[in-house]
Amino acid sequence: MLLLTTASASISMASSLLSPSFTSFLRTKKDLSLSTFSYHRCLKGVPRRIRCAVSTPQRQPSTTGSVRTAMTLTEKILAKASEKAQLSPGDNVWVNVDVFMTHDVCGPGSIGVFKREFGEDAKVWDREKVVMIPDHYIFTNDERANRNVDIIRDFCHEQNIKYFYDITDRSNFKANPDYKGVCHVALAQEGHCRPGEVLLGTDSHTCTAGAFGQFATGIGTTDGGFVLGTGKLLLKVPPTLRFVLDGEMPNYLLSKDLILQIIGEITVAGATYKSMEFVGTTIESLNMEERMTLCNMAVEAGGKNGVIPADGTTFKYLEDKTSVPYEPVYSDQQASFLSEYRFDVSKLEPVVAKPHSPDNRALARECKDVKIDRVYIGSCTGGKTEDFMAAAKVFLASGKKVKVPTYLVPATQKVWMDVYSLPVPGSGGKTCSQIFEEAGCDTPASPSCAACLGGPKDTYARMNEPQVCVSTTNRNFPGRMGHKEGQVYLASPYTAAASALTGYVTDPREFLQ
Amino acid sequence: MALFSAATSTATVLPRNLAFASSLSRSLLRSPRFLSFPTAPRNRASVSIQAPRAQAAASSSASFHGLCYVVGDNIDTDQIIPAEYLTLVPSKPDEYEKLGSYALIGLPASYATRFIDAGETKTKYSIVIAGDNFGCGSSREHAPVALGAAGVSAVVAESYARIFFRNSVATGEVYPLESERRICEECHTGDVVTIELGESRLINHTTGKEYQLKPIGDAGPVIEAGGIFAYARKTGMIPSR
Repeated sequence: MLLLTTASASISMASSLLSPSFTSFLRTKKDLSLSTFSYHRCLKGVPRRIRCAVSTPQRQPSTTGSVRTAMTLTEKILAKASEKAQLSPGDNVWVNVDVFMTHDVCGPGSIGVFKREFGEDAKVWDREKVVMIPDHYIFTNDERANRNVDIIRDFCHEQNIKYFYDITDRSNFKANPDYKGVCHVALAQEGHCRPGEVLLGTDSHTCTAGAFGQFATGIGTTDGGFVLGTGKLLLKVPPTLRFVLDGEMPNYLLSKDLILQIIGEITVAGATYKSMEFVGTTIESLNMEERMTLCNMAVEAGGKNGVIPADGTTFKYLEDKTSVPYEPVYSDQQASFLSEYRFDVSKLEPVVAKPHSPDNRALARECKDVKIDRVYIGSCTGGKTEDFMAAAKVFLASGKKVKVPTYLVPATQKVWMDVYSLPVPGSGGKTCSQIFEEAGCDTPASPSCAACLGGPKDTYARMNEPQVCVSTTNRNFPGRMGHKEGQVYLASPYTAAASALTGYVTDPREFLQ
Repeated sequence: MALFSAATSTATVLPRNLAFASSLSRSLLRSPRFLSFPTAPRNRASVSIQAPRAQAAASSSASFHGLCYVVGDNIDTDQIIPAEYLTLVPSKPDEYEKLGSYALIGLPASYATRFIDAGETKTKYSIVIAGDNFGCGSSREHAPVALGAAGVSAVVAESYARIFFRNSVATGEVYPLESERRICEECHTGDVVTIELGESRLINHTTGKEYQLKPIGDAGPVIEAGGIFAYARKTGMIPSR
């Protein structure tokens, strides 16, 4: 009942946020014209449950045709990287790349293109700016998958690539001192993400690094081959959508809930070719891993990149990880944003994305009758240290055992170590691993991307039958985790843990309040 | 791959079972496919490949013709090429072919007509017609590559996800066109269509309807040059070979 009162209170509050100058019309996908740079967006249909107010900031006279100097964070980074004083959304510019990352799935293809176009004896543009991270299909007997890691290794030796996080002994990940695990988490943990820089990677979730106030986006293997040879790429400057998240984060919400809320709001194509900038008091209160989760799923809204301005939290995180100097940039006060969305986070509730789309948003509590077969906690999105800490918190609060197989896949070696060594607050000194064991979860597995994207048939926790899974991963299109008829509910680690305890999709407030 | 042997250059509407060139030269594999169009007199009903190497300026004289396969909205990369096949490396010719044989195998059972018939490695549908946000999801270049390797020459979607669009342009595997309207609701799998690139027009011979396509936009110069590498060489960004 308390929830309903809160909901109706928020409707009246939100209504007062809407000033008469905002046009309102039902937005359909067809209305989404990419070439229109100023359009008014409205809320979907009847405001049953308004959570955000939308506005298009009024353009200053100086921005309507004559020289303008105000730029957004993304525009500033691309301007600096393309050695231009000024640029505008829509410009195609050659940018200098600070870091290029590839992994075992797309690395061989990029290497193939590089050699084909630049010659068998060509050298990469900068052996210290390339980071090769095997992480996708590692702990498998698939011969081609294993061969692909060999291909990367040969190339790294030939080119004397400085950062190659190799694995040779697949039977025991701990026997490989260089091996890290999931690329996007490894990039952050190894200090390759720095404010103001341009990071390109042959993986859609490269946008994760935007959490560090840099421009980071995913590219294909042909573009990857091009970057390997030149250290540059032709990019189109995206306009920026601004997401202002204010309010104190309730203790049952995580940034996964925030991004699922946003994607549900703007749809899987709502940010296509656009930059998503996340600001506000809530954002400022998030730690780096939570910020990474937010930016990680920008691509699920179609976003070209996600970005969070660097601040004290960012600098502190980077202190012991990198000695490379960096220069953070920030959106100008007068910068033009395509649209601005405002959220009062204190009013939000745990959400899930139902099968089969990341924008198929629903309140977790409204899915409480959905029986599930398994829970998966892992991936760059939901397999970081903070994610496991969150899951442990729910298991601790419950004290009971899980009702369904619960698979845990730490993203990297470091995360795995944290799960086995860091004490969980309020537990009297227990580690996540102990709490997980007491709750009856499966033993934390070898760090890799594992079943997030299905993978070879023998991948750990791959869904080989049509089951229902609550997962902390990033996509749930048909067949994503393996079986075409599998049903994946995307959720936060809190919601995933709560669901494991009941055997149904469960709002974590069942255990956290 | 929508290749026709040089002999069929006369104006006849091709039968439902299109004849494909039985072998592909290695050099053809490496050059952007849809650019291998002749500057010779255009023929409305068929295209003949005369020179395997990429020609510049495909825009004014090229057309695509064939059967279309219609899909809906948000066809993501996992449906276009499921992750388990990503161990295949596109730059290896035999694996490139294998990749093609799995194109669109991830589509759910609601798609009654298979994109590639059981036991076949190539599709009989050289044009894919789609709704919104085609190619969303992963950055895997295997997606446009699989479609191209299977025999698709062009995709006509209501809109694209950006990485897929970019990869299509960069590889030259499929020509990514955008329709002005939602033609995926008016065309059906198996319809015979022609795309006139120069006129930005799609003709559905089966229904008799014509549709306007959007101009290619910023990707134009890159496609016309022959892909990102050729464009970079042409504009002096990287040295010529």
